[in-house]
Amino acid sequence: MASTAFDTHLAAPHGEHHHPSLQHQFDSLEQQKESSTLGMWMFLVTEIMFFGALFTAYVIYRNLFHGVFATASHHLDVTMGAINTAVLIGSSLTMALSIRAAQLNRRKAIVLFLLLTIALGGTFLVIKGFEYAHKFRDHLVPGPHFAPEDPAIQAVADKAQVFFSLYFIMTGIHALHMIIGIGLLLWLAIAAWRGKFDSTYYTPLECTGLYWHFVDIVWIFLFPLLYLIGAHAR
Amino acid sequence: MSHNPESTLKWYIAVFLFLMVMTGLTVAVAKVDLGAMNDVVMLVIAVAKALAVILIFMHVKDSTRVTALTVVGGFVWLGILIFFTLNDYLSRGDLLLNVPGK
Repeated sequence: MASTAFDTHLAAPHGEHHHPSLQHQFDSLEQQKESSTLGMWMFLVTEIMFFGALFTAYVIYRNLFHGVFATASHHLDVTMGAINTAVLIGSSLTMALSIRAAQLNRRKAIVLFLLLTIALGGTFLVIKGFEYAHKFRDHLVPGPHFAPEDPAIQAVADKAQVFFSLYFIMTGIHALHMIIGIGLLLWLAIAAWRGKFDSTYYTPLECTGLYWHFVDIVWIFLFPLLYLIGAHAR
Repeated sequence: MSHNPESTLKWYIAVFLFLMVMTGLTVAVAKVDLGAMNDVVMLVIAVAKALAVILIFMHVKDSTRVTALTVVGGFVWLGILIFFTLNDYLSRGDLLLNVPGK
């Protein structure tokens, strides 16, 4: 008897018509979305601590080598950094708009805004690539070939290498996050084109959006801390 | 907010413009010599920008309390990491003088 009751209980929800994207362990799409959002934030908290360790290292060495960091910062291109900040902010807007398009059941608009987000993310990486190329050309990459022409940097080469090490690690890992993000956005764009998302279900868009905005926030701090600390003494 | 597409659009555009203006402002202020205040101003602007992104773009303004608590908890933990690490480093004056290359 007990097993019959169990079977009936299990069979009931299957017999009813329910949303294809609703997983069995959730009562409703809303509960599923809240759980996913909370889980995504839990992941982002680990990301905060991951980048946090690098920011802590930055804060310590910025305090130890205060003047050197400002001098070394002169070799970063403020204009390119500022353009990239604007590009990323724009990509966050298009990401948010793609979710809004899902809420409004506009399938093509979801795809369009996702493609715009990918394009802006790609633009950021291309500009970043040009910046990296300049650093290699100017021998500003830490290691055996660190040989900047600037005598102000040569005089404090050891400490300046700490700045450029932090610059490459922090912006490099940030760029890696963007590459992963662009991969996720491509997958979403295909799924959106196939009509997977609408106002009843867009959780993957929401969670990828959280990730994308988080990466934007990391850059919001990297830009002033790396590019602007020496701007007034230039 | 999340249930009214018209007002969401206004919020998104407003946050976008705020972020753009703040980016311009932080670049402009960085070129003026304010001494130690330069770092303070740039960090205040960065925190304001981050808050706008978190509350509006990341929908924390309309999230459940447990999600908001998770977000706050994450940043509190980051604060603990930075505060206590600095507390240690900055209270070891002699040690700092012996850092290689210092």
